[in-house]
Amino acid sequence: MNWYDILFYAFALITVVSAAGVVLSRNIVYAAFSLLFTFFGVAALYVLLSADFLAITQILLYVGGVLVLIVFGVMLTNRANKVEVKHGGLTLAPAVLVAGVIAGTLIGVLTTTKWPAASFEPYEETARPLGALLMTQFVLPFELASVLLLVALVGAVIIARREKARRV
Amino acid sequence: MIPLGYYIALSAALFIVGVVGVLTLRNAIVIFMSVELMLNSANLALIAFSAYSGDAAGQILVFFVIAVAAAESAVGLAIIIALFRNKLTVNIDEVNVLKW
Amino acid sequence: MIAIEALIKIVVLVVIILTIVAYLVLLERKISAYMQDRIGPNRVGPKGLFQPLADVLKLVLKEMIVPAKANKFIHALAPVISITVAVGALAVIPFANYIVIGGQKISLLIANVNIGVLYILALSSLGVYGITLSGWASNNKYSLLGGLRSSAQMISYELSLGLSLVGVLMIDGTLQLDKITMAQSGGLWNIIYQPIGFLVFVTAAFAETNRLPFDLPEAEPELVGGYHTEYSGMRWGLFFLSEYTNMIVSSALMVTLYFGGWSLPFVNYSALGANLAALVQFVTFFAKLGILIFVFMWVRWTLPRFRYDQLMNVGWKIMLPLAILNLLGTGAVMLALK
Repeated sequence: MNWYDILFYAFALITVVSAAGVVLSRNIVYAAFSLLFTFFGVAALYVLLSADFLAITQILLYVGGVLVLIVFGVMLTNRANKVEVKHGGLTLAPAVLVAGVIAGTLIGVLTTTKWPAASFEPYEETARPLGALLMTQFVLPFELASVLLLVALVGAVIIARREKARRV
Repeated sequence: MIPLGYYIALSAALFIVGVVGVLTLRNAIVIFMSVELMLNSANLALIAFSAYSGDAAGQILVFFVIAVAAAESAVGLAIIIALFRNKLTVNIDEVNVLKW
Repeated sequence: MIAIEALIKIVVLVVIILTIVAYLVLLERKISAYMQDRIGPNRVGPKGLFQPLADVLKLVLKEMIVPAKANKFIHALAPVISITVAVGALAVIPFANYIVIGGQKISLLIANVNIGVLYILALSSLGVYGITLSGWASNNKYSLLGGLRSSAQMISYELSLGLSLVGVLMIDGTLQLDKITMAQSGGLWNIIYQPIGFLVFVTAAFAETNRLPFDLPEAEPELVGGYHTEYSGMRWGLFFLSEYTNMIVSSALMVTLYFGGWSLPFVNYSALGANLAALVQFVTFFAKLGILIFVFMWVRWTLPRFRYDQLMNVGWKIMLPLAILNLLGTGAVMLALK
């Protein structure tokens, strides 16, 4: 048991427990906070997998972007002292069934696959090779992603904008 | 040294939690959070594979997933806000207007 | 051993920075007083020098009032998030090169991460939480308006902040702050190459730190006190501390990225010996920092506040295109010179 293993188990525990908190919490604000810890836990696991650039990107975009938007959504649709979340009653049985099937499949795959015993070499620096790959091999998806982001931006503005009273 | 399977198992656990959330919750925002959980689990698996096979292309995929997730969150939350403005609720079982 | 070394560095740095912050408050009050032809605080101690101690004592002893209808958990958490994020960003700023104690080289950087610049950007994007959540949790319409304004403002200006930095990163070819300093220590400072990028960065930094002319989240005349209307005592004090710490962080980032960090032109550090050189570098860094912080205060007490639509217009229609053009121009020039 070295430091790497201890850190892995600690962050794995934080990630799974806080993910369960997102789903089980009756309070939408606490759910959002649990999600914050999940994102941080996953970012820490990225660091353990020596993907430091993506770990920071995760914090920058997920925690600083996506989760801020979610908190915004929570703030605009809830009062500060009335934040309960409704859990489904009717959908519970099919939900358990579907989740059970997916869980069974995943566990089956996990136990039957022969995982390679190989360990990995920590990268020296990930920003430079990633940038090179983005600009050479993956330049088309990169451009497509930027167009997608632009479309999403325009779409979000149009959906969220209050319709004007006067119509042509 | 942690074997690759542990990371994949963790990712699977995260995914199942997300599935349960999407299927049992009724608040659109929390469903949205559960979708983010599933995306994160996929990212974790991709990065684990990328690290253990020494190929940075897996990280590029994660990069694109994060970009798509950002776009998705902007549009998704715009829809949720528009829904709230029209129906004063974000519980998806109260907006089944196609069902009479 | 590394952990102990890091711990010592953290404690020393936090103590130094928080002391500086306390005296920055006094400095700001004195500067504003002189600009408005007043004397400023002069009662506590000689020339008012003990005023910060009195202020801290007052804040600690004051009651922390929590509104009855507030979300108590988030109300308590928000200022903690603000100060944690602000202080955390200091970890990657190179105040000096290294010192030698007992034949051992000790770097004066707490965390030498490969992606220091991104780390600071990520932390500054977390700063939104403290303000937004405090505004919402107070359950007060002025606070909520302040919080909402602030998140819109900070998210908008984050874009131009990030894009304006890219020019510097392209020139120096690294995301590591100490390497950026090293790259400038021999030649010209980056401000010579990146004047437009610097302008955009300064503007965005003012907006990110919520200082005048961009202090819309507080906007005393219209929003009472904005997001911290419902805060008192040390919780309010934490917001105050984080505002000044943020100011130090963004000034330090400017010093490192655009003004050569701890380096001075035409100084041969190897002739000084490691420890003396570190001292000179430390003093140089803080002198540059002091000048920039003075500019922050000078602007605050000179310019009036922008209106909200003007703020958004400046951010999206002027600063963002300017940052992108700067990026394009930098790339074109670098390609032409290659």
